[in-house]
Amino acid sequence: MPRVPIVRVGSVLLATLGDDLDDESALQLQHDVGQRVTQTRASGVLLDISALEIVDSFICKVLGDTAAIVRVLGANVAVVGMSPAVAITLVELGLHLPGVRTARDIEHGLRELERARLDPARGSGRGGFGPR
Amino acid sequence: MTLPGDGGAAPVASVVVALGSDQDVTRARHCVRDAATVLTMDLVTQTKIITAASELARNTVLHGRGGELEISTVVGPDDQSRHRRGLQLLFTDHGPGIADIDSAMTSGWTSGSGLGLGLPGSRSLVNEFELSSTPGVGTRIRVVMWVRDR
Repeated sequence: MPRVPIVRVGSVLLATLGDDLDDESALQLQHDVGQRVTQTRASGVLLDISALEIVDSFICKVLGDTAAIVRVLGANVAVVGMSPAVAITLVELGLHLPGVRTARDIEHGLRELERARLDPARGSGRGGFGPR
Repeated sequence: MTLPGDGGAAPVASVVVALGSDQDVTRARHCVRDAATVLTMDLVTQTKIITAASELARNTVLHGRGGELEISTVVGPDDQSRHRRGLQLLFTDHGPGIADIDSAMTSGWTSGSGLGLGLPGSRSLVNEFELSSTPGVGTRIRVVMWVRDR
């Protein structure tokens, strides 16, 4: 079972989801991210999905649940790197990742997390598609 | 093999993937990706059919107690009788079957822990979708994605 690597970058954790992500590893990710947030006292988590060729309803649920777990633990979270083809497919499936902050790439995601940290009112996770 | 309502799609090459575990769902995704690449599908079309394959393969594993996926390249005429190529996915299981197909095809309806988007979501992603199921016998789902020739 390939485990999703989680690395620490400053006060942020970066989890890079691989192309070969299976359901079990995806569920393991929720657990691992929660643990690492508590251990490292990270202020934010970036879930990098740029290597995923698809996001189906299961992965979408895992992303939403993982984001919720991170928020409940008091950190901010953003899903970064979704490809346009995946975005088109997700919207057509009726999945819009409600309440999950999204960003184009890691750099953009780090800026979004920093903004959320400085302005907790925006830290609800909303506004993934809002004005920059 | 001729299937009811298959719109004249004729399989020319096929591969079978056993679906028994969630690793098989990943394997099925990769096999569909490879077949879509051979057909030179554009990226969005490819992403849609792989996503539909993932949803349906997971359904087969979780609700159908396992089964198989047959991936075929098909050729058939479009509505103007022009030659076109496509990818056909045939999921079969011998699980409990679906008693209420109308409910199962309704967005948000779920028999388990999912989002209830597997069947209706997959249908919205592909060009052709056909489901037949007999309680106690099993379920068969056939989908086709045609290649847009440029």
